[in-house]
Amino acid sequence: MSDTGILPELGRPGFLRSMLRSKGGNTFLVLLFVGTLLAAMGNLLVPPDSALYVDTYTITLLGKYLSFALLAMAVDVVWGYCGILSLGHGAFFALGGYGMGMYLMRQIGDRGVYGNPELPDFMVFLNWSELPWFWYGFDQFWFAAIMIMLVPGFLAFVFGWLAFRSRVTGVYLSIMTQALTYALMLAFFRNEMGFGGNNGLTDFKELMGFDLQADTTRVALLVCTALTLGAAYLLSQFILSSKYGRVIEAIRDGESRVRFVGYKTETYKVWLFVYSAVLAALAGALYVPQVGIINPGEFSPLNSIEIVVWVAIGGRGLLYGAILGALLVNFAKTQFTGILPEAWLFALGALFVIVTVFLPKGVVGLLSMRTRSRNKPSPDLMEARE
Amino acid sequence: MTRLDTFRETMRRDRVFDFVLDERLPSVDVSHGVLLYVEGLSVSFDGFKALTNLNLYVDDGELRCLIGANGAGKTTLMDVITGKTRPDEGVVYFGQTHNLLNKSEADIAELGVGRKFQKPTVFEALTVFENLELALRMDKGIVANLFYKLRSDQADLIAGVIDTIGLHTQIFQQAGALSHGQKQWLEIGMLLVSEPRLLLVDEPVAGMTAQETESTAELLTGLAGKRTVIVVEHDMAFVRSISREVTVLHQGSVLAEGSMDEVQNNPDVIEVYLGEAP
Repeated sequence: MSDTGILPELGRPGFLRSMLRSKGGNTFLVLLFVGTLLAAMGNLLVPPDSALYVDTYTITLLGKYLSFALLAMAVDVVWGYCGILSLGHGAFFALGGYGMGMYLMRQIGDRGVYGNPELPDFMVFLNWSELPWFWYGFDQFWFAAIMIMLVPGFLAFVFGWLAFRSRVTGVYLSIMTQALTYALMLAFFRNEMGFGGNNGLTDFKELMGFDLQADTTRVALLVCTALTLGAAYLLSQFILSSKYGRVIEAIRDGESRVRFVGYKTETYKVWLFVYSAVLAALAGALYVPQVGIINPGEFSPLNSIEIVVWVAIGGRGLLYGAILGALLVNFAKTQFTGILPEAWLFALGALFVIVTVFLPKGVVGLLSMRTRSRNKPSPDLMEARE
Repeated sequence: MTRLDTFRETMRRDRVFDFVLDERLPSVDVSHGVLLYVEGLSVSFDGFKALTNLNLYVDDGELRCLIGANGAGKTTLMDVITGKTRPDEGVVYFGQTHNLLNKSEADIAELGVGRKFQKPTVFEALTVFENLELALRMDKGIVANLFYKLRSDQADLIAGVIDTIGLHTQIFQQAGALSHGQKQWLEIGMLLVSEPRLLLVDEPVAGMTAQETESTAELLTGLAGKRTVIVVEHDMAFVRSISREVTVLHQGSVLAEGSMDEVQNNPDVIEVYLGEAP
């Protein structure tokens, strides 16, 4: 047979090669590493009166941005690559956050206002006499860590299994994800749920014995978030550049056709959705100790929509696009809400409109306009091509 | 032969050991010579009867053409066979044992039923190569695909198919950038690499040049015997050039069956087509 010479070279690259294949992604990893290192050194090694000193507030802010970046990447994995527009990823983020919050609550021990060694303050306040069963085990970090991934993952599995198997796509799916996060918000607002109701979980003291207010803990949290983001990036890169990733992209462009080739597209979508939900949950778990509170407001549908806006602005269909979008928008948000708090939502809306109209591939599309990149047709927001 | 030669022969680079091969085609019982049984099939959409009591038997290795006016039910029949549409009544068996009506699209495709759509549907964001790779007959599970590496025999198969469909220069091009005719070829190529037992081909030559039509005809007749092919086509010259056996559908059921000449001289067919050559 002729021309076979070139083909054996075409096998999917191995694990490491596939992870390091994307050039923009490598730049991102280097920047992430250098940035985190500099920020950490700037806080711990530089004296506070120096111009190079990075204050702890900035460290925490950076950590928060990076956990948002991880959340944006999670949304991009399902939206940019598979065309599943989830408007409910805030739910998985918040569930991960609550998991971490429960662990942190148990860590408070008898240092709470009421000094009850077993029960968190809000339970004492509600006259509860014993710990609800679903709080058992959360005094152990390993248990909390497992639950942080397991519970949102399981929820995503059940939701995805029901929705994808019934072949719900497009707008209908987006609306269902909105309903999911809204329902959870209402549930978590209730005091009887046992998650602190309106006030949520707060007043955290320690994480694994380290004081949450200490500079070193703050820096360590930033480093952890950066490491998680980097690792999640590499893993997602591997998954999406494997043949599984090709199938996922094919599903985005013509799901019924993929079925006729013999792939069970529902299964593919469900597991991608679960993976994405776990990433979002991890982001939530990293977010909570840095901001020091988790409340039902995190389930608000608006939050989930905002994530989608980050991804659209950064550039969907590219992992570092989503990350860049989250960083840019959140930085802008911090700056803007400092100057003109009431105008922020208008600014965000305007940004979204401008990007959608003039930069369909987001900011990353602008950057890579000159370099020849694999251009992918953008999955239409509201259209499920059959 | 020296020991070294034996060793070299064993460890040849293009050698594929049996144990790495996927399970081959699921066994399809064709002991009675018939691959596809369609009996008493009725499909209606909101009261409109797309198929009424349709019976069709296709032998193993046969090349069958389906013709009929628009709305005669050709595409609906394909939809039923591939699992896209569920019929109201009737049975569809693949070989003696596989009931296609209780299987999903993916399972039917795994059994070895390949389909080429009327409108070329390739994955536009993927390259020609990736399109073909996706269609390969292999384990379609998630884990297998996550750690998948192209095997040399599969590379040979793809290279061979690229020879057949003539897309050498476009191999790394995105399928979305191909011309209509090239997409048709790519889709035929995807069918070929999936090594189906039964090919359902819907209007393969629409949008092709006369020369391409001719090579499609050659390709399809070459496949018959090794594989079973059902072609839906409007182009009568094309049907005449490939077919031994023609089935005419009319208003959802079979009007006539036989060779092209028999069918053309069938009074029913003449009546339906108002004397017009079908």
